[in-house]
Amino acid sequence: MLDHVRALGRTGIDVVVSFGRSGQFLFGVLRGVPKPAVGFPLLVRQIYSVGVLSLAIVVVSGLFIGMVLGLQGYTILSDYGSESAIGQMIALTLVRELGPVVTALLFAGRAGSALTAEIGLMKATEQLSSMEMMGVDPLRRVISPRLWAGFYTMPVLALIFSVVGIWGGMLVGVEWLGVYDGSFWGNMQSSVEFVDDVLNGVIKSVVFGFVCAWIAVYQGYDCVPTSAGISSATTKTVVYSSLAVLGLDFVLTAVMFGNF
Amino acid sequence: MAQRTVESIVGLFMIAGLAALLFMALQVSGLSPKAAESTYTLYANFNDTGGLTPRGRISMAGVTIGTIDSITLDKKTFQARVKMAINSDVDNIPTDSAAVIRTSGLLGEQYIDVSVGGDMDSLKPGDTFYTTQSAMNLERLISNFASGR
Repeated sequence: MLDHVRALGRTGIDVVVSFGRSGQFLFGVLRGVPKPAVGFPLLVRQIYSVGVLSLAIVVVSGLFIGMVLGLQGYTILSDYGSESAIGQMIALTLVRELGPVVTALLFAGRAGSALTAEIGLMKATEQLSSMEMMGVDPLRRVISPRLWAGFYTMPVLALIFSVVGIWGGMLVGVEWLGVYDGSFWGNMQSSVEFVDDVLNGVIKSVVFGFVCAWIAVYQGYDCVPTSAGISSATTKTVVYSSLAVLGLDFVLTAVMFGNF
Repeated sequence: MAQRTVESIVGLFMIAGLAALLFMALQVSGLSPKAAESTYTLYANFNDTGGLTPRGRISMAGVTIGTIDSITLDKKTFQARVKMAINSDVDNIPTDSAAVIRTSGLLGEQYIDVSVGGDMDSLKPGDTFYTTQSAMNLERLISNFASGR
């Protein structure tokens, strides 16, 4: 019995310790911004592997989610004879919620897990410690570009996701189901505000990108350097990122769109 | 892969992001500099436009023949002045036609329906509809009915 209580207490302390360590780690990474001449090529390469290579999955999911929204919206709205509100529905859903959130979930699965595995393997093969031996700070050289890459690419991916989704919704709604093109765009434009909706969506995706990249690089850096350790760190990255994204989404939505 | 190739691909990626933002600004949330179809302008004055919005549709016999350009308030008559862009190929609307604000379905958007008149002359660009019928206001209708007027 006492052992159980002790185990519970240890788990609690471990959670607090890992929060503290990740905060310390983040501080270290943010303080160690690499010099532009050295850091920029590294950053570009990371944006390529984190962002450009995630483009395919983001575009394809965006297209299908937009098309499904178009179909579902049409079926429901046509009962009330207001299927022309479909453009407004698709745009607001994508720009406010689905764009940032689904992109962040895809990002955690596609890029976050890869980051964790890469850094974890670097740690397991002692590349990180040999860098330290050579006087190169691994936080600065390896971690920092990856964190910033997540921060930059996430809003770009989310915007592309929303645009492709709206196009997919238009394809289904206007081209196939015959909603009038003028009222599709007209309703959308009269209800979507650039600052309130689009920019708030961008802010959301910036926050999500930062959190996902932070969790991914921290889990990689902090993993147990064995094959089992790397695999559990990768799993943790995806689980924690998804939970963090969904939880933060509620908080951000309440702050941005709730009226209090 | 060569650094230069990576840099140019990342550059394209960032440009795609900016293009997406531009699309959001212009097409989804704001004004769109759309390729101008050939149209001509007609006006109509209404006592009450209800929920009519710019870019709403104008139809005749259920077929869309144009879009609403703008809705402004005429300060002299306190009426709403609706500027309409009618497709140029519909150039034979009789002068005694009426512009009527209707609602599609019970909760749908409002649009302008042109009920065709019988005059031989047709409306010219810049003309104003002589007869109009304002948006039906359900609450007013019910309160009129309840107070027996």
